[in-house]
Amino acid sequence: MSDKKKGLHPHTYKFDTLSLHAGYQPHKNAGSRQVPIYQTTSYLFDDVDHAAALFNLERGGHIYSRISNPTVGVLEERVASLEGGTAALATSSGMAAIFLTVMTLCESGDHLVVSSQLYGGTVNLFRLTLPKFGIKTTFVKPRDTEGFKKAIQKNTKCIFGELVGNPGNELMNMPEVAKIAHDAGIPLIIDATYQTPYLCKPIEHGADIVVHSLTKWMAGHGSSMAGILVEGGKFDWMQNDKFPTMTKPYEGYHGLSFAEEFGPTAFTMKARAEGMRDFGPCLSPQNAWNVLQGIETLSVRMKKHCSNAEEMVKYLLGHESVAWVSHPSVPDHPDHELAKKLLPNGRGSMIAFGIKGGKDAGVAFINNVKLASHLANVGDTRTLVIHPASGTHSQMDEATLKFAGLSHDMIRLSVGIEDIDDIKNDFEIGFRAARKPRLVSNQ
Amino acid sequence: MKFKVNNEEVYASTGGRPFDKNKPLIIFVHGSGLTHMTWVLQTRYFAFHGYSVLALDLPGHGLSGGKSLKSIEEMADWISNVIDAVGYKEASLVGHSQGCLVTVECASRYQDKIKTLSLIGGAGAIPMNPELLSLAENSDPKAVDLMMDWAHGPAGHFGGHPVPGLYHINTGGMLAKSRTIKDTLGVDFRACDNYKNGFEAAKKIKIPTLSILATDDKMCPVKEGKKLADLIDGSKVDIIDNCGHMMLLEEADRVLAVLKKFITTNYPPKT
Repeated sequence: MSDKKKGLHPHTYKFDTLSLHAGYQPHKNAGSRQVPIYQTTSYLFDDVDHAAALFNLERGGHIYSRISNPTVGVLEERVASLEGGTAALATSSGMAAIFLTVMTLCESGDHLVVSSQLYGGTVNLFRLTLPKFGIKTTFVKPRDTEGFKKAIQKNTKCIFGELVGNPGNELMNMPEVAKIAHDAGIPLIIDATYQTPYLCKPIEHGADIVVHSLTKWMAGHGSSMAGILVEGGKFDWMQNDKFPTMTKPYEGYHGLSFAEEFGPTAFTMKARAEGMRDFGPCLSPQNAWNVLQGIETLSVRMKKHCSNAEEMVKYLLGHESVAWVSHPSVPDHPDHELAKKLLPNGRGSMIAFGIKGGKDAGVAFINNVKLASHLANVGDTRTLVIHPASGTHSQMDEATLKFAGLSHDMIRLSVGIEDIDDIKNDFEIGFRAARKPRLVSNQ
Repeated sequence: MKFKVNNEEVYASTGGRPFDKNKPLIIFVHGSGLTHMTWVLQTRYFAFHGYSVLALDLPGHGLSGGKSLKSIEEMADWISNVIDAVGYKEASLVGHSQGCLVTVECASRYQDKIKTLSLIGGAGAIPMNPELLSLAENSDPKAVDLMMDWAHGPAGHFGGHPVPGLYHINTGGMLAKSRTIKDTLGVDFRACDNYKNGFEAAKKIKIPTLSILATDDKMCPVKEGKKLADLIDGSKVDIIDNCGHMMLLEEADRVLAVLKKFITTNYPPKT
């Protein structure tokens, strides 16, 4: 093992290899090179003792596919390995992952500090739905680092945010916010859907739990809904008395204290044992397998997404129909330097831009592009566009839209991996229509 | 649960069941730089099946107080003190890696107290690579990364944790980095490197002993484990294929099955 001239170096597998192999051993699966799809609801027990051992968490294994499934388990381990996490729990969607995370952490009467620039569905979860469970939220603008500190209350259980906010592309200063959270004895939870672990591993920058909508770039193909939560394993749940659900004996498992028993994987164990048992937002094995196919090519796709995005930024910045462009690669973007630090492999493929002519021009643009798909998704291999104020964020009132950094002229662009010339040509069609909306719409 | 030994607080997992002094005691001793959590897939079974279990955090490790003990001999005496502190006169010991050196030394010193010995990934001596030792003593996280690399077999490097969703290379690494590396791993590695009495201690052991070894173990290879086992009268050996040094996780079910048979036969539970 030793090379005295060069010194010792660990030979654990690196990112691209883990993307293809982590979490799966063919020799334990009939030699099947591809991950099998375990399309089953339940698993035979060897005997009564074996059944009891599984229910008591005495040993690993599967009981019922709502709780765990071998195909889903491969996906979970693979994403945990890519994120540098200790454990992961896959869910039926990204929203399910966020909800499960919050419900594993919180009880009625708790409080959360949350970045204001989020996917619209997430905003509604924190603003409208969680209060029904007695969990309240204070929103803070992502660049207002000091604001996160000021918003923390005695009953605050975490800080939550998207590293790059949807759709305005504002960055949260994750290392600084992590320090604020840890000084207050609470974890930082980051939705890193936009980045994937290829662009950023939030755990390396202080995040304690990472959530993803795997539906997006991780899968890439836009065929399957999936989400995941990944545990960093560093957060000490026993440092204070804020997390009794993690530290106190849990009646549901013979008085088990998850933090004492499972340490760096305690959160995931609790989320699975309680959350999947009681809420049941499980991922189907077929969808887990579909997502695994996408993850196999994650780094290859992300490089192309990012190079195409930077080409599109240049194109949009020089275009007469464009009022403004927001992307962290733009030198005058307020978070340009922070993005270089946190996103060294690329700044992502989400661009927000303002179209001259406001909402009417935006609508004409969207209605006339042919290659770009108008739909409520991001991170597909195909280029996607939407007008957030009338789509993804349409359930917000004017004040909330403004607080979330949305304007009526904003187009949200998720740059795909098509030939860049074809994307630009398609946008020319859209811009021509936007300049003459009435004429084009009548044709 | 927490209790005191030598005026320092000790943490031990009881396997998810209340500690019951009426049941026979099994003590699990972790390897270098690690904690009680390495045993989670073995301890809970015994705790639910007629035993009282203590998966210890050695002093200065995990949730235990105090400073790390600097020699294997001190750790062996400390295990004996643990047995006294919890009000027992005897116990069955299970060790992994460095924990094997500790339990072998303890069994040789306290022959009336220790009733069975289970050695997982053990050897009579564990000399350290000097560069690895230096990295650990300087708190370089590379020491942990190297340990996780060498401690997992080729199959284990891909993952495949028996508990769905857990990735054991990162979990083990996080355990070893949970406290200052030089104060845990550094001290432990030095203690292993300094310990020379393993083979002599083994010759004194007259209790039922089991060695579980793994074909891909680079840290305590099969031939070293067998050399130790050969010195213990009547010692049994079980060898796991396609598995590395972290067999507690890589082949948790197999390890548990072999342990169950050995311990329940030689140190029966109270039913």
